[in-house]
Amino acid sequence: MSKLYSIAALFKTPDEIMSAAAKVADAGYEKYDVNTPYPVHGLDGAMKLKSSKMGYYTIVIGLTCMSLMLYFMYWVYNVDYPQVIGGKPLFPLPAFVPIMFEITVLTGAVLTVAVMLIFYFKFPNNAHPLHDSSYMKAVSSDKFGVNIEAVDSKFDLEGVKAFLSSIGAYQIDEIYFDEEEVNTKHKILDSKFVIGMFLIAGFTSISVYLHMNKALYLPPFDWMLVQHKVTAQDHSDFFKNGISSREPVNGSVARGFMPYLYSDDPDGASENLVNPYIADEENIALGKRKYLTYCSPCHGDLAKGDSRLRGQFPNGPTLHSDKLLSWTDGRIYHVITEGQNVMPGYKKTVTRKERWAIVNYVRTLQRALDATEEDMQ
Amino acid sequence: MSNHEIQINYTKKDLPKGYLKFGLPLLVIGIITAFFAYQLDPMRASFNNIISLLLIVSVGMGAIFLVALEHIAGAVWSVPFRRIAEQQGFIFLATPLLALPILFNMHEIFEWAHLDVVMNDPILYQKSPYLNTEFFYARSIGIFLIMTFFLFVYLRNSMSQDTTQSQKTTKINALISAPFMAIFAISITMVAIDYAMSLEPHWFSTIFGVYYFSGTFATAMAVLTLITLNLKENGNLLKEINRNHYYSMGGLMFAFTAFWMYMAFSQYMLIWYANIPEETFWFLPRMKNGWEYLSIGLVFIKFIIPFGLLLNRNSKMDPSRLKLASFWIIGAHIYDMYWLVMPTYNRMSGTEGPVFGWIELGFISLSVGIILVFYYLAANKKNHIPIGDPKLKRALDFQI
Repeated sequence: MSKLYSIAALFKTPDEIMSAAAKVADAGYEKYDVNTPYPVHGLDGAMKLKSSKMGYYTIVIGLTCMSLMLYFMYWVYNVDYPQVIGGKPLFPLPAFVPIMFEITVLTGAVLTVAVMLIFYFKFPNNAHPLHDSSYMKAVSSDKFGVNIEAVDSKFDLEGVKAFLSSIGAYQIDEIYFDEEEVNTKHKILDSKFVIGMFLIAGFTSISVYLHMNKALYLPPFDWMLVQHKVTAQDHSDFFKNGISSREPVNGSVARGFMPYLYSDDPDGASENLVNPYIADEENIALGKRKYLTYCSPCHGDLAKGDSRLRGQFPNGPTLHSDKLLSWTDGRIYHVITEGQNVMPGYKKTVTRKERWAIVNYVRTLQRALDATEEDMQ
Repeated sequence: MSNHEIQINYTKKDLPKGYLKFGLPLLVIGIITAFFAYQLDPMRASFNNIISLLLIVSVGMGAIFLVALEHIAGAVWSVPFRRIAEQQGFIFLATPLLALPILFNMHEIFEWAHLDVVMNDPILYQKSPYLNTEFFYARSIGIFLIMTFFLFVYLRNSMSQDTTQSQKTTKINALISAPFMAIFAISITMVAIDYAMSLEPHWFSTIFGVYYFSGTFATAMAVLTLITLNLKENGNLLKEINRNHYYSMGGLMFAFTAFWMYMAFSQYMLIWYANIPEETFWFLPRMKNGWEYLSIGLVFIKFIIPFGLLLNRNSKMDPSRLKLASFWIIGAHIYDMYWLVMPTYNRMSGTEGPVFGWIELGFISLSVGIILVFYYLAANKKNHIPIGDPKLKRALDFQI
């Protein structure tokens, strides 16, 4: 059924449309619109339009979504999965600000368009009476038009026509529309539309699920099981020998380790090695602790060779013999490091500093038990 | 888009008396306070002097930038205010008045001006090719001379256009504005680094120049807006200047209010995130001893309140609301400069917490006096409208 929508009038220049819009507004019409091929500055003033309320929608939407985002981030960081990241507090506001800013801008922009579509253009309705009319063709190329809607309280067909021609319109059309086709009522909560949206959402979800999990066996998340890195003891196709771990370059020295140069050369150690640590109280205390742990079971608490082994293992010799007294610090260090006869080397278990501390402690014991005349004075 | 041809009938009119009536006493009070302040407490006076200098550079150099911006962008709407901006740029000539006491007092304020300190400090030693007294003098004088040159070129071209109405002048202005932009960018960065950032010579922030520039633009625009509104009320300008023009001025202030926050927050967040002692130590004094309230207040005073004041479309069009916002932005810029400079005064003088007294008030009075008096000197008995500009008619017929 076709029904009258509006009387549409065409004008030729922007100046004409400015004065025409002002006259239409002055005549007291409320339901009318002006269509121009490009934005004409000052038209809103001529039409006496109130300023748009869209800005308020935008700020309300933006601030609401910003608050929701802030709450969501709070919930993630403080409630659901509290975790200290980078030494920051659990609620690191400065880190949230960029996200809040982006969310405000994004939702403000996108949802403003959505609100505009739903409230002003009555989405999902996508037809308008002016579509497909010769009037619309004219105003979307190079003409300027006013159309006064039939629902206006002051509308009467002949009167409006006469009025429009009196303000200088060069062409006046009646615009009809089909009520079946154009529905100007809100349809967003229409049951058909809502059910249709749910059907689309359900179909999309189910098909994505089937596609990803059943058809392709492509898990959306592998929970970090697969990582593009070579793990320890792993096979690697990249290297020729197929081993993922690399051997260090010849001559590399690990951090904190000093290579021992005299492993087969006790005389060299005797001549060249000098105790780098001063036998102060702290060093000797360290040496005593380590000596009592590692050396005393065989050599005895005072290094007299009186061990607690009671013959179950060859007794360690005394460390107060003339041979030991004549040895240099380096020689003793060599024996602790590499071992001698049945004594094992201790370089794996006792660090370099501790070995030198033991040497200092042995020297202390020797001096205490084998004191010379000079020491007594 | 109106169908009648605009006729420009401009009659020259004297400036309102207020500029000299308020400006001169404020200037005199300012000079007297500054003099006594330098006698009694030279260090505090020097730091306040820096605040005043940064404000005057913002107003003056920012105005020259506004002129160049109009030329290089070919902007039309701002043509009726260009002469005001040019005459506002004249305020830049007051900078030596404020810079000389600082240059003579450098040892009082700048750590890097002491040779023995620099030689014993590896960071300052590394920076010494830039931060040394000779180069500092050279930069200050060079920036002043170059900016003055551009200012007088713009003023002379604009004045001559009043009679010749030549299109060629507009083209020449656009041409010289291109190199000006590059020079201005370097100059304002140097001003910010030299007079504000080098107070803490161990600190560095690449964004600091832009931070200062964002405040500069908003402040220059605010002063321009205030003068425009005042002259319009007094009838010195054309009657065609209307709310649409005001809207654009308010819009620019609004934009640069938000831009300032963007810059300030970028600087803060990166330093907060990285948490490196070399960078964070600049913010630490601003987070204790009462400065924390000023720091939080800065966000409100410089961003949230002017943002709210200018957010609405009508608030940019309504002269009285626009005036309030402009005053607020200028005040906020002084507050910002105070916040930038004064924590260093605490460190150097051993005081704790923000200080505010007659010295601060005196220097603010000095700055306001300089703005009013120098604008009066530049604009009195001159045209307030570039009546010869070929774009003027189109500019008056401006609608948003």
